[in-house]
Amino acid sequence: MAAATAGSGAGSGAAGSPEATGGSTGGGGWRRPHGPLQRYYGPSTAEAAEAPPDPTDINGPHFDPEVFMTKVRSECPLGQLLAREAALSREIRALDSDMQTLLYENYNKFISATDTIRKMKVDFRHMEAEMDDLAANMAAISASSARVSAALQDRHRRGAQLAGVQALLRKLQALVEVPGRLRRWAGTEPARALRCHARARAVLRHYRHLPSFRAIEDESHAIMAELAQRLRTRLREETLDPKELTECVEMLLQLEEPAEELSEEFLSQAGARLEAELAALEAELPAADLSGTATTPLPPASDILDFVDRGSSAFVGTLCQLAGSYRALFGGDTGRLEPFAAALATRYFALLERRLSLERGLGDTSLLTFFLGCLGDVRQALAAPRPPGKEGPGLPDLLATLAASVLGQLKAVLAYVQLFTARDVAFASLPYFKGEFCVTAVREGLVVAFVRWLCRTARGFADGPAERGAPAAPPALLLLLARLCLDYENSTISYILTLTDEQFPPQDSGPAVTPGPALCAEARAAAQRLLDHYVQVQGAAVAQMLRKSVETRDWLGTVEPRNVRAVMKRVVEDITAIDVQVGQLFEEGVRRAQSSDSSRRAFSVYSSSRAPGRYAPSYTPSAPMDTHLLSNIQKLFSERIDIFSPVEFNKVSVLTGIIKISLKTLLECVRLRTLGRFGLQQVQVDGHYLQLYLWRFASDERVVQGLLDEVAASAAHRCLDPVPMEHSVVELICERG
Amino acid sequence: MEDDAPVIYGLEFQARALTPQTAETDAIRFLVGTQSLRYDNQIHIIDFDDENNIINKNVLLHQVGEIWHISTSPADKGVLATCYNKTSDTKVMTCAAVWRMPKELESGSHESPDDSSSNTQTLELLCHLDNTAHGNMACVMWEPMGDGKKIISLADNNILLWDLQESSAKAVLSSSTALEGKGQLKFTSGRWSPHHNCTQIATANDTTVRGWDTRSMRQIYCIENAHGQLVRDLDFNPNKQYYLASCGDDCKVKFWDTRNVTEPVKTLEEHSHWVWNVRYNHSHDQLILTGSSDSRVILSNMVSISSEPFGHMVDDDELSDQEDQHQEEKIKEPLQDSVIATYEEHEDSVYAVEWSSADPWLFASLSYDGRLVINRVPRALKYHILL
Repeated sequence: MAAATAGSGAGSGAAGSPEATGGSTGGGGWRRPHGPLQRYYGPSTAEAAEAPPDPTDINGPHFDPEVFMTKVRSECPLGQLLAREAALSREIRALDSDMQTLLYENYNKFISATDTIRKMKVDFRHMEAEMDDLAANMAAISASSARVSAALQDRHRRGAQLAGVQALLRKLQALVEVPGRLRRWAGTEPARALRCHARARAVLRHYRHLPSFRAIEDESHAIMAELAQRLRTRLREETLDPKELTECVEMLLQLEEPAEELSEEFLSQAGARLEAELAALEAELPAADLSGTATTPLPPASDILDFVDRGSSAFVGTLCQLAGSYRALFGGDTGRLEPFAAALATRYFALLERRLSLERGLGDTSLLTFFLGCLGDVRQALAAPRPPGKEGPGLPDLLATLAASVLGQLKAVLAYVQLFTARDVAFASLPYFKGEFCVTAVREGLVVAFVRWLCRTARGFADGPAERGAPAAPPALLLLLARLCLDYENSTISYILTLTDEQFPPQDSGPAVTPGPALCAEARAAAQRLLDHYVQVQGAAVAQMLRKSVETRDWLGTVEPRNVRAVMKRVVEDITAIDVQVGQLFEEGVRRAQSSDSSRRAFSVYSSSRAPGRYAPSYTPSAPMDTHLLSNIQKLFSERIDIFSPVEFNKVSVLTGIIKISLKTLLECVRLRTLGRFGLQQVQVDGHYLQLYLWRFASDERVVQGLLDEVAASAAHRCLDPVPMEHSVVELICERG
Repeated sequence: MEDDAPVIYGLEFQARALTPQTAETDAIRFLVGTQSLRYDNQIHIIDFDDENNIINKNVLLHQVGEIWHISTSPADKGVLATCYNKTSDTKVMTCAAVWRMPKELESGSHESPDDSSSNTQTLELLCHLDNTAHGNMACVMWEPMGDGKKIISLADNNILLWDLQESSAKAVLSSSTALEGKGQLKFTSGRWSPHHNCTQIATANDTTVRGWDTRSMRQIYCIENAHGQLVRDLDFNPNKQYYLASCGDDCKVKFWDTRNVTEPVKTLEEHSHWVWNVRYNHSHDQLILTGSSDSRVILSNMVSISSEPFGHMVDDDELSDQEDQHQEEKIKEPLQDSVIATYEEHEDSVYAVEWSSADPWLFASLSYDGRLVINRVPRALKYHILL
């Protein structure tokens, strides 16, 4: 308190006073969060190190009164010194009075303490005498207690001995009673008898050297042997259900009967039982030889669902139960169990198969046969000679019949299979069955596989060994199948899949399913392949006709043409027939718009406006490219025509493909021949005739025109005496023909 | 790696006949025969200067008729055979003859093209192959690796084996056989196998491919219905004696093992029209060249049925250890048959493709409009095969 006052008094002048130092640390407080604390409790270590020991600090550890005095004396003005002196003397007086007050208070307390101590001295003297009395009494009590316990010890020991004897006697009693109990329980409660025997057995075995115990043991052995015998007899009874059987064997095992023998016994018993069940199932099937003969097999006695349900609940259930208990009884050694179970299961499945085979119209095999049968019918219908005047069934009708009957059959099969998922069938509610059955068996195995197979079969007609001698499929069938596949792609597949998913809802966690689009893509690929093949087959047929006609004719020595050659008429007829055929099944398609009088367009090999140099090359060796320049330039601007290229699914595209193949063949064949003047004119007439009748079939008549132009140009090239026929004459001949 | 651009040469006439100069193994030289009914036909000798990418040509007149087939002697650079049409007003007859070109043209001349065309020279006739009794000549084949003394010609349904005597001045028919059967049978093409001591040839007629033994002139195998339609051409694998390629009007190229002809070993379906020509590369038989009337030339890499199914084999003693490892790595690479390139420089049907006899990486193709295109195997593939 004094220091603080003194500090504040001197602080105004002293630069190194604590106040000033405190202020500087306060300024640096932002640097350390605990700055305020340090300021309160004293200078920080850092500060102490900073500031040299200040002897003038009145509160500091290094305070030196001499230095302080000298400093104050030498630095402070007189007024300040006087004021300080007055303050000091005032302070000293206050301290004196405080000291006096304290002194009085302490003196009073001391007096009262002295009084208390004196009183305590008197009380303690009385208490000491009473404590001596107590000690004497306690000694007397312990002495008498020791005497009493000594007297009782002997009797206590005898009591304990007696209790031991009694326990032993009780045990002996129990042992003696064992045979009786065993005998009593062996008949009624063999399990209890076994427990009893198990408890007694060890003891008996241990004390068997004593004659009396041996007698007991022998007797109980005899009883147990009898029990075992009885159990064995029971084991051989046929009426045991699997649970009893298991219990029985378990007890025998406890009787330490040989496990090997027991497991055999167990299996043979179980086998007999399962055999009986199998026999019961088999009894429901008509005899094997009966189903093989031509006589109508008896209608199955029970419904297939019943059969499968019973089979799965009775036979499979029992088998599982038995297998489970076998494992529990005989440990992990399943060497004998596995062949046993496998053999039985095989027989069961064989029975099941026999039963299933009785069901007609079930399964995909029949679906496949059905489809093939339908195809055969269609083929026959196509191949059948048509009586004149009476049209056979049209392609659309055949297609509709085929599609409808296949779809109908598929639906029928689905409906049939659906019975398996009905609510009242026990096994249908098993979760794993449902997922497996709906997705793997029905959707993937039946529906998807059928669609795939259908596409594959259809493709087979296109990829098939047509050129290696086997009879090729009739073109109409290719067309029909192409349409069928296309229909499948467009609608039928999604319809079938939706139907299947509705009837057999797929499980969430089920295996992945084949998506519809993948199937559609397959169907489309098959359709494309079939249609391409159709175009190739039909094109090749027409081309073959043209090739033979060009190759076999003598073009040099021919006479002046008066008619269109018969083969050209035949070509036009054939293409018209193909047009009709395709038109029955496919849409018209888009044709590039052309002026309506296209048929009138001159088919002229020498129309002077068209590349004059092309047909009469002048021999100009110095400029090799000149002669073909015009035709080459013309070709540069026309599109390259792919002859055997995929076609679109419409009539025009199909027909264009066929015409392209035919005309390109004509071109190549003409190039291989040498023509006379009339040969050229015949080609001219034929070309014009084709132009007249074919342009309407093609998607772009310029294709026809272009190819026929090339034919004409090549013919002119191959002609020894290229004198073309008058165009009007050509027209006249064509109109007449 | 940039590939060289194709080199194009135009003839003024239509042309179908193309052959390399078989006996020449240094210079790249092709012979082209023209087809013109109204003008003198020519044989163009095309020299290709590989370094400068320049074509030099020499023209020989072939006045007897338009050329349908041309082949060169494997022994004498100056000797060649042509099948040509002799036309009168009422009849066309295809004949065959053996010719000798002027000496100075045998190894090519280095005159500028302009000069050579102005002074056209004529072929010297060595001998005719008399076919009056046999019908139209379809093609003439020289005995491969032979001394240029034996040739076989196919005339309608006859196979004729000729001996050329007195330095090819006389052709003597040494043996012949005829294909008998119903209908009018006609050979379309044939090849002489370089294997079995040159004792086998293969011929095509209609859809059938037949093999013949030239010693007995008997048929040794027959591939019925080899193609759905006409078979246009054949070629033997130069390195695998039983392998044969065929092509035809069904747009397919098929590869056969002549020991088992029930099924083709492989089928290619890349062309969109008739395939007129198929040629194995002379050294690297995985390279297959085909020309078609869809105006395309296709180069295919048929590694899996080639004689080098695991890449180019280096002899063991040539390998250091390091190379050994490298070799193993290469063997592990999966093999794939593929189309290497489709060449679309032609605008008309391509009737002939041929590999050069001098440079195994170079080939020529000829389209009907007289355009000859010289192309090279892509460099990347070349190095892949070589390294």
